Amino acid sequence: MSTAEFNTLTSLEGELMSQRETAEIEMAARDISVWFGKRKVLEGVNIDFPKRSVTALIGPSGCGKSTFIRTLNRLHELIPGAALAGQVLYEGSDIYSRDVDPVQIRLKVGMVFQKPNPFPSMTIRGNVLSGLKLSGMKRDNHDDIVEKTLRSAGLWNEVKDRLNAAAGDLSGGQQQRLVIARALAVQPHVLLMDEPCSALDPASTLKIEETIRELSKEMTIIIVTHNMQQAVRVSDSTAFFLAAENEPGHVVEQGATTEIFGNPQDQRTLDYVNGRFG
Amino acid sequence: MSSTLVGSSVAGDPGSLQRTKPRYGEKVIKGILVMAAGVSVLTTFGIVLSILIPSIEFFSEVPIQDFLFGTEWTPLFADGEFGVVPLVTGTLVITGIAIVIAIPFGLGAAVYLSEFASPRVRKTVKPTLEVLAGIPTVVFGFFALEFLTQVVLVKIWPDIDIFNALSAGLIMGVMIIPTIASLSEDAMSAVPSGMRDGSYALGSSKRQTAMFVVIPAALSGIVAAFVLGISRAIGETMIVTIAAGLQPNLSFNPLEGMQTMTSYIAAAGSGDLSTGSIEYKSIFAVGLLLFIITFFMNTISIGLVRKFRQVYQ
Ligand SMILES: Nc1ncnc2c1ncn2[C@@H]1O[C@H](COP(=O)(O)OP(=O)(O)OP(=O)(O)O)[C@@H](O)[C@H]1O
Ligand SMILES: [Mg+2]
Repeated sequence: MSTAEFNTLTSLEGELMSQRETAEIEMAARDISVWFGKRKVLEGVNIDFPKRSVTALIGPSGCGKSTFIRTLNRLHELIPGAALAGQVLYEGSDIYSRDVDPVQIRLKVGMVFQKPNPFPSMTIRGNVLSGLKLSGMKRDNHDDIVEKTLRSAGLWNEVKDRLNAAAGDLSGGQQQRLVIARALAVQPHVLLMDEPCSALDPASTLKIEETIRELSKEMTIIIVTHNMQQAVRVSDSTAFFLAAENEPGHVVEQGATTEIFGNPQDQRTLDYVNGRFG
Repeated sequence: MSSTLVGSSVAGDPGSLQRTKPRYGEKVIKGILVMAAGVSVLTTFGIVLSILIPSIEFFSEVPIQDFLFGTEWTPLFADGEFGVVPLVTGTLVITGIAIVIAIPFGLGAAVYLSEFASPRVRKTVKPTLEVLAGIPTVVFGFFALEFLTQVVLVKIWPDIDIFNALSAGLIMGVMIIPTIASLSEDAMSAVPSGMRDGSYALGSSKRQTAMFVVIPAALSGIVAAFVLGISRAIGETMIVTIAAGLQPNLSFNPLEGMQTMTSYIAAAGSGDLSTGSIEYKSIFAVGLLLFIITFFMNTISIGLVRKFRQVYQ
């Protein structure tokens, strides 16, 4: 077989692969355990996050979802007393290895938090561009970036006439879409979202879900949610976290969202997704 | 819901609701508290009145514009002049030096404690700073005169006055560092941690987060700390009386001795001026000016703190 033929074959194979579920893995957690002080709060978490997919993390309060998602962009290590074992692979290499600069990771892996946290001292426009300013990234045509990211976040029409207004003047839902735009401005490859809609009304929630689906065409999204319908609506795969009393949290079951919600293998998953959980 | 039903069916007629017994103990306590509040209000009122009345008498003898814009302050001379400008410039020069010291160090300490120090360091350093704020100012004053001027400053400027504005200002700056550091740190720790997370998540360092996110968000609280520190400096008496001398001196040279509004009040008030004399009344006029200035500064500071609270509630 000639090299040319071989190349065609492998690229064909690549296409077939990406059509199946086993697409290219952008990020992966390998055996992640977490401690706060002496207390272990997560044990042995293994999850793959395929490129351009949406993964939902679900589970009862306190089981370690936020803790886990914060290990994926190294925000975890900023908490005093926080410790971690295991690996987080980004494009195959461990983001915790010694020669990796956390700043570079955080530019590739953006995050949106439960509570909208725009910078109150900055304008709407200033907030969108704040990531570029803070990370010292040099990019031209700021106006284009502002418009493009605000459009992606579904906020452009509401704020295009008052880009220089204070960010604090926006409603909670608008603020949340603003911080999504802010995260997008640095062009991350992965977007972490920790209960992004928990403080929002149904209309804003739907808007953000639309945004998520739109964004997932270009980036990998990992979202924590307590809203089962939301997980079904936006995600391709789901991981169910659970912590027994005084035990660290772990992943009970994970897989395609349709499977987790339609045909769960574990009784506890079935109970949880059907709202029968204490 | 159910308790209302039970209540009405058992009690029958509504008139059987018992009147609460008068609680005498509560009334006594309330009375004591009202008295306590009353005493402090009355005292403040009394102070204002007792400054105001002699001041009005003073201004009937010395025209107010001569007082505010006159450049000679010689109340003890036979035909004394009552131009307050030298006292005001003395106050401004010394306060200015104090601010130049206190703001960078105070803010630096606050940023370190709130953004960089581990919780354990913060827990030990902050109370220590606050202890520093409790050192009697007379101690600071002697330190300025005996050590700073006579051991350090004379080596640098051999012809410096023994009493000079520089040593008083520098030590006063040290004295207000804890105030500024502690209040600014409060303002910065009150910035929600979500704000910092947001900044780190965008790939910024601790230094950038402190500079571009935390300080701007806490700005009104920090400015309030500055204003409060400055008004403490303006009102400070002991250090200037001891270290800056008692020479009214219209000068901006910090190596010279100067008198401030407060040190004039302290010196004249402890002298043997006869009650009712114009010199005696001048104390109150200066006191009134001082009161107005610090009242104004404190009002600004309280307003800023209030504005800051509103941002995060
Ligand atoms: N900074 C911290 N210090 C100590 N313990 C913490 C800290 N943050 C979280 N924990 C503990 O870790 C466990 C997991 O918390 P985490 O916030 O990750 O839960 P969660 O699944 O996100 O819950 P929720 O759905 O309520 O947001 C909890 O038991 C919590 O008490
Ligand atoms: Mg959480």
